[in-house]
Amino acid sequence: MAAKAAFRVCPDTGLKVHLPAEALIKANAVVAVVFLLVGGILGLLVALTRWPAVHLLPAEAFYSVLTAHGINVLLFWIIFFEIAILYFASAVILSSRLATPWLGWVGFVLMLGGAIMVNVAVLQGQSSVMFTSYVPMPAAPHFYLGLILFAVGALIGVAIFFGTLVIAREERTYEGSLPLVTFGALTAAIIAVFTIASGAIILIPTFLWSLGYISQIDSVMYKLVWWGMGHSSQQINVSAHVAVWYAIAAIVLGAKPLSEKVSRSAFLLYILFLQLASAHHLLVEPGISSDWKIFNTSYAIYLAVLGSMIHGMSVPGAIEAAQRGKGYTKGAFEWLRKAPWGNPAFSGMALSLVLFGFLGGISGVVLGTEQINLIMHNTLYVPGHFHATVVAGTTLAFMALTYLVVPLIFRRELILPAVARWQPYVFGIGVAGISLFMMGAGTLGVARRHWDITFSEATLTFDYPGTAFLMMGLNGVFALLAALGGAMFILVVVGSILFGKRHEGAAQPAPAPAAPRPAAAVGSYGNAGTIYVPGTYILVGLFFTAFVLYYFVNWKYLSEVWPLS
Amino acid sequence: MALTPPKDRLWWKESLHTPEIVWITVAFLWGVVMFSAMIYWHIEGKQNLSNEAYRIDPEVFAAKAEAMTDQYTVREEGDTGIPVVHPPPGSDIYLIARLWEWWPILELEKDQSYRLHLSSMDWQHGFSLQPTNINVQVHPKYELVITIEPNEAGTFSIVCNEYCGIGHHTMLGRIYVVE
Repeated sequence: MAAKAAFRVCPDTGLKVHLPAEALIKANAVVAVVFLLVGGILGLLVALTRWPAVHLLPAEAFYSVLTAHGINVLLFWIIFFEIAILYFASAVILSSRLATPWLGWVGFVLMLGGAIMVNVAVLQGQSSVMFTSYVPMPAAPHFYLGLILFAVGALIGVAIFFGTLVIAREERTYEGSLPLVTFGALTAAIIAVFTIASGAIILIPTFLWSLGYISQIDSVMYKLVWWGMGHSSQQINVSAHVAVWYAIAAIVLGAKPLSEKVSRSAFLLYILFLQLASAHHLLVEPGISSDWKIFNTSYAIYLAVLGSMIHGMSVPGAIEAAQRGKGYTKGAFEWLRKAPWGNPAFSGMALSLVLFGFLGGISGVVLGTEQINLIMHNTLYVPGHFHATVVAGTTLAFMALTYLVVPLIFRRELILPAVARWQPYVFGIGVAGISLFMMGAGTLGVARRHWDITFSEATLTFDYPGTAFLMMGLNGVFALLAALGGAMFILVVVGSILFGKRHEGAAQPAPAPAAPRPAAAVGSYGNAGTIYVPGTYILVGLFFTAFVLYYFVNWKYLSEVWPLS
Repeated sequence: MALTPPKDRLWWKESLHTPEIVWITVAFLWGVVMFSAMIYWHIEGKQNLSNEAYRIDPEVFAAKAEAMTDQYTVREEGDTGIPVVHPPPGSDIYLIARLWEWWPILELEKDQSYRLHLSSMDWQHGFSLQPTNINVQVHPKYELVITIEPNEAGTFSIVCNEYCGIGHHTMLGRIYVVE
């Protein structure tokens, strides 16, 4: 390919968009949404089976579908979308050409081929091992091989991202330091390297074991290394979705970070400490000391949690500062009341932030407390937690970003704007319900990954309390709502890409246009040298109060169970 | 703004504003509190997971469980064929997890303590004691030893909450606690 690459200039932002990069962004984003659709339907089937009154699927199908659901959404939907974000955050935001686009297509094919291979393995019925595939429970060799190929493809995408940053710096396509969104994406990419390396270190031997070349894999070691991939990949999600929050706030409201130093330091805390979190999954395992558990489960005295708490103030603070700058200064909350709640990119982002923080973050820290984990491990509380983080948090944030990607990258206007307007609320409330009711059922001891809580086929009998059944029913109802929200998203996004009016330029209704930015321009921050964000302060105070109260309530619950030592 | 380079290239030299410093300090201190809470609970709290574990061969563990069962069986559970075992307080008691049952049924005395040994014969299983809601992971080739002290009498169930194949949802055990 000649050094003079093809670009177009974005009429809304003035950024130079490298056409090969744009093609890769589109391909990865489209495939991501396809996996979201598949995985989402599978998730609905799971919820309707776990709703005891409905009990939709028979046992074998349920365990197969549950395995496929986890893998398709947690790995394939999210990582394809993140690769698209990485290409966007490097090539597009920096107005640079993408490093070796042909290699990006190699990575894409590996990821897609690997994903299909895993799905085939699960469909064939011999690999219902859940997303975690804990040894010594075996899956078919092509189950592990598909995951390995997917991981290699993703690693290629990450490498291209790094290469593009180098090119952008060398070709001086921007001046000064990396923009914050790219910095956040870089955080995600660095964590991705650790994540994928961990995955390779454990899945390659496990693949060889499934073929008979290795005689056994230690089950505790497997969990330790697998979760080095498994939980760290969630931290990629956190870094990515926080970067997306900043991006949406910037595009929709022109919001600037209150402090580049604070936000960037918070991302750095992620890089330094998030990898310790495989410990969260090993708190009730044999053979691991409490010292190790306490240090690692807290990400070293909660330094990574500090990162999230910082963003929890910085992102809303940036929005409040921008809104106050526009004149919404009445009282503590006019800025919030008059925010563009009818803009799905904004509302999705805002809901994602609140639900991630209040439901996902708090429950995660509580769940990861060494001793409190005793009353929560492997109960439905765990999926309750992670649906709040990964679905209400990451997925909703990515959906919100897609409403901007469709006009800016696919250059189509959104169809059915009323559907788009309501979609984040339908989905967000649906997922919040799923999360809350699963946590509620888990608090009552209901097991996760379980086909029948009436134990109708067991030799002995046991009855969970009636409230647990109510929770499972409510979970089912809210899953229907979330599925509706998912369908609305797919309808609007796919419909717009196929049938939307061509998006011509800066005068469009949905996102507020950002001022045109040639590469040399830099951004300023804050609000006239000091920050005044009382509304954010009150909200952060509410969050902190909820956190403290809920945290201590769980110690109280723990104190009531049988003494153990 | 977030999509453009920062105004100061040397962004780490920015000074912080008071509201930010206050929140960061509060959040950091809260992290220290939570970290300390876990340590505190090890000293003062009554529910901690033991660190005592051994590598063990499944046959060896099974032999220990069978020896306890042979010595202390008091009856059979209905017509299920599962022995109900009443070991002496303070003793080592054994519970086997295997596809797809918990074996045997233990009968314990309230407010007495026992050293419970847990291990799996095959795959990973989840020991989920209900309704008290204690959840521990059981591995093959590892023996976990925890000291438990039932603080209430009644009939307790052991749900398996680690997915272990098609019979996972039929895997249900029992512990009786008598006065």
